[in-house]
Amino acid sequence: MGGITRGRLLGILALLFFQAAVVVRPVAAQMDPSGEWAPRFDEDWEERIPGPEIGDYLGLPINAAARLRGDAWNAALIELPENQCRAHGSDYGWRGPSNLHIWKEIDRSTQKLIAYHTHLSAYGAEQTIWMDGRPHPPDYAAHTWQGFSTGEWDGDTLVITTTHLKENWIRRNGIPRSDLATARVHVMKHGNYLTVAVIVYDPVYLSEPFVRTTDFVFSPQTQMAPWPCEAVDEVDRPEGKVPSHIGANPFLDEFPAKYGIPVEASRGGAETMYPEYQAKMKEMKLLPRPAKVVPNR
Amino acid sequence: MLAFVGLALAWSPVKAQQAAAQSNSASPARDYSKAEVHVLPVQGNIYMLVGAGGNVTVQVGNDGVLVVDTGVAEMSEKLLAAIKGLSDKPIRYIINTHMHPDHVGGNETIAKAGNTIAGGNVVGDIGASAGNQATVIATQEVLDRMSAPTGQQAPTPQGAWPTETYTTSERKLFFDGEGIQIFHIPAAHTDGDSIVFFRRSDVISTGDIFVTTSYPIIDLQRGGNVQGVIAGLNKIIELAIPADEQEGGTMIIPGHGRLCDIADVVFYQEMVTIIRDRVQDMVNKGMTLEQVQAAKPTLDYDPRYGATSGFWTTEKFVEAVYKSLKPKQQSGQ
Repeated sequence: MGGITRGRLLGILALLFFQAAVVVRPVAAQMDPSGEWAPRFDEDWEERIPGPEIGDYLGLPINAAARLRGDAWNAALIELPENQCRAHGSDYGWRGPSNLHIWKEIDRSTQKLIAYHTHLSAYGAEQTIWMDGRPHPPDYAAHTWQGFSTGEWDGDTLVITTTHLKENWIRRNGIPRSDLATARVHVMKHGNYLTVAVIVYDPVYLSEPFVRTTDFVFSPQTQMAPWPCEAVDEVDRPEGKVPSHIGANPFLDEFPAKYGIPVEASRGGAETMYPEYQAKMKEMKLLPRPAKVVPNR
Repeated sequence: MLAFVGLALAWSPVKAQQAAAQSNSASPARDYSKAEVHVLPVQGNIYMLVGAGGNVTVQVGNDGVLVVDTGVAEMSEKLLAAIKGLSDKPIRYIINTHMHPDHVGGNETIAKAGNTIAGGNVVGDIGASAGNQATVIATQEVLDRMSAPTGQQAPTPQGAWPTETYTTSERKLFFDGEGIQIFHIPAAHTDGDSIVFFRRSDVISTGDIFVTTSYPIIDLQRGGNVQGVIAGLNKIIELAIPADEQEGGTMIIPGHGRLCDIADVVFYQEMVTIIRDRVQDMVNKGMTLEQVQAAKPTLDYDPRYGATSGFWTTEKFVEAVYKSLKPKQQSGQ
């Protein structure tokens, strides 16, 4: 067999070094969500694009307080000048019909990652996700629509923790998420797809954490349109008037009747999130379906 | 999706739970021996000082220091140290938003540490002592409630009383390079409430007309009324101008709780107005206080603002709203 020559030894070492460099991934080489992303609406089309129906609380782990907020909600609230330009909260913004731009902020001298920034076309909402280990602000600091977010890696998943959120939606039919909520967002990349799983913990309006996923597809040709918004008086109403349903909301039965869903199920609650609830629904009574409206010709 | 349910249940948002607990801990009886005053820069010349009782607003500049409210008496030395940490200029003005002890308790200490800009005919008429303390500005109602007619025991020491009162709807001041508007909001949290608008810094200090920690506290015995609270909230919304996305711009320092902007005030105004409208509807139907309380007109906001213990319970809030709206019985009826 003979002994190994110095030249062959160097060659073997060089090969091993090359393999190590290729195979072993440095710590900072997790997936990178940076780039342009376009939304996919395969999940929850009805809720996200036409918008949710009044009284549709299906699958939401809400408590009685949230249910009453939804029941009393009047869509005319949105037309108040103070509410017209309100952005979605960062836990909800992914749901909108928004293109998404994500970019990195790198420290010039160390080349370390300081933050990810996101820009959603709806409302021009921008979120900063601090990756440098800084602490969250104190309780008395201001809250914003996007909140204060820090990120960390769990393998190839970017896990974002957001506090200091302003009140916002769970569902755009009046079901609220309070300003005391915390969101944990898991961002995962599968080839050209980005999945964003949002988990909302709200001690005020949720009895269990609420989980929702949203998908995007890599789309480098995406154009980001600006979102100028100027509040105007659309309806002349007395100063300080707040539209709401005082007493019973007459529209709550329309959703369960239209879709053949038991009224109890439409009222939501943690139980309605789980598959076992389907068996229970079969024992519930249904409202009569409304007659089909034939348009006049 | 279900995989995330397990993940969601495993992670505990301790901070959110703590915040929820704090939001309902409205109690005036508190041990301040270990409390600290925290300083939060707001914008322009304005700082928000937290932890001395009610929130304290401090404006600093070349002319000196102006303080809105002075917290509780027990925290006055710590508050003074925090103010001195922001500026070595003299404290010239204190503005009291109302007369409750968690907002005027430090008046005597803070006022004595400052001095009034005085000279000429002022010193000539009153004497050199005219400048011995900071000027304390408030509505006449605040002075009336902190003092007492000659011969009677006043509820607060004389050194804590306002030295300059106003009886009009608005008092104006120019200090540290900016205009300051002080608006009297009659019959709101009390009968002597003021909100303070720093025009150049673009900050409003609201006193207890707006808080983030509880339902509005309506002091019926001292002239408070839910209609005045709503009028005060509407006034704040009228004054404030938001930046993009309806947030930021004018910043709002509440009487208690965290730093806010117009969007936070709008949520609160909507809540109080909706509850007022519900209770008004029940009053119009002839329902008694007990029937109104049993109907739970605040149910949807209770987990956020309500309390079942402490000095300001949900029950007391509903009672105050009801009594604000119930027409007074005519004599002889």
